[in-house]
Amino acid sequence: MTDKSALFDFVVALADDALVLGHRLSEWSGHAPTLEQDIALSNLGLDLIGQARLFYTYAGEIEGAGRNEDDLAYFRDQGQYRNLLLLELPIGDFAQTMARQFLYSAFLEPYFAAMMRSTDVRLAEIASKAVKEMTYHVRHTAEWVIRLGDGTEESQKRLVSALDDLWCYTGEMFVETASERLLVTMGIAPDKAEIKSQWLTRVGRVLTEATVETPRDGRMQSGGRSGRHTEHLGHLLGEMQVLARSHPGAVW
Amino acid sequence: MFETPMPLWEVFIRNRSGLPHRHCGSVHATDEVMALQAARDVYTRRGESVSIWVVPSTAIVASDPSDKDAMFEPTASKIYRHPTFYEIPEDVGHM
Repeated sequence: MTDKSALFDFVVALADDALVLGHRLSEWSGHAPTLEQDIALSNLGLDLIGQARLFYTYAGEIEGAGRNEDDLAYFRDQGQYRNLLLLELPIGDFAQTMARQFLYSAFLEPYFAAMMRSTDVRLAEIASKAVKEMTYHVRHTAEWVIRLGDGTEESQKRLVSALDDLWCYTGEMFVETASERLLVTMGIAPDKAEIKSQWLTRVGRVLTEATVETPRDGRMQSGGRSGRHTEHLGHLLGEMQVLARSHPGAVW
Repeated sequence: MFETPMPLWEVFIRNRSGLPHRHCGSVHATDEVMALQAARDVYTRRGESVSIWVVPSTAIVASDPSDKDAMFEPTASKIYRHPTFYEIPEDVGHM
C-alpha cells in the first residue's frame, strides 16, 4: 500500500461518512415534527454535505485521475462506499435520528479537533472548519437526547430502544483500518484510541443527565470500511444517484 | 394523548456589533435552551447574526390597538418634534 492510496482511502471514507449521513438527514426535510426542527435537521445535513464536498474534492486531487466530487459521490456503487454502517441505517423515528446523530457527533467533534493538528495541511484546514459545525451538532443533539430521556414515558422508551438498536454499530467508529494505521504513524490521521475515552465520557455524561443507562458493549458490527454494507445503503444510493446517472453532467 | 402546546418565543437578532437587536420573528420551543437553538437554526442561516436574544412571548406587554387614538393620535399635531427644521452638516453623516 502506498502512502497515496492510503490517504485516498482515508479521505474517501470521511467523505462517504459525511455524505451518507447528510443524505439521511435530508430525508427529514418537510417531515420533522415542527418547522423549527425541520430547518434544524436540514442545517445539520447541509453541514455534513458541505464537509463531504471538501473531502471528495481533496480525494479526487490525491488520486489524480481526474475524478471530481460528483464522480466520486454519484458514480461509485455500494461495494465501493466506505462509510460506517451506523450512518447508513434508516432514519427511524425522531429518537433514533437524534440518538445516532448524537453518538456520531460526539465522536466526530473530538476527532476533527485532533485532525486540526494533522501534518497534512489540507486535512487540518478542513478539520478546523468542520469542528465548529460539529460542536453545534453535539450541543443540539445532546439537548434533544436529554429531553427525550428525561421527558415522557413514551419519549424515554423510544430513546432507550434507539440506543439499544444503535449501540452495536458504535464500535466501528473506533476500528482502525490498515490505511489509517499507516497515516497515524505519519501524523496525518488522529489516533482513535485517544478519542474513544473522550467519547465514552461525553456520552456517559449526557445519558446520565437523560436518566437512561449507557448500553453495555456486546458484539459490534463492522464492515462498512471494507465495502460490506447493510441492505439499506443500496436503496439510499439508488435514490441519491439516480438523477446524476440518468442525466450525466446535468446542471441547474 | 394530551399534549401541551410548545411555548412561543420572540427572537431578536443583532446583525453587526454596535447596532441594536431587532425583532425578526418567533419560534416554538420547550425551553430557553431549545429556543435559542431554534432561533439560530431558523433566523441566522445566511450569516445575519452576531448575537441572538429570545424572550418568552408571554413576557411582552403590548399596547391595546383600541387605545391607539389616545396613545398615538396626540403626536400628530406636534410636527416640531421632527428634526426636519435643522440643516445637518455633512460631516455628521447618518443620524
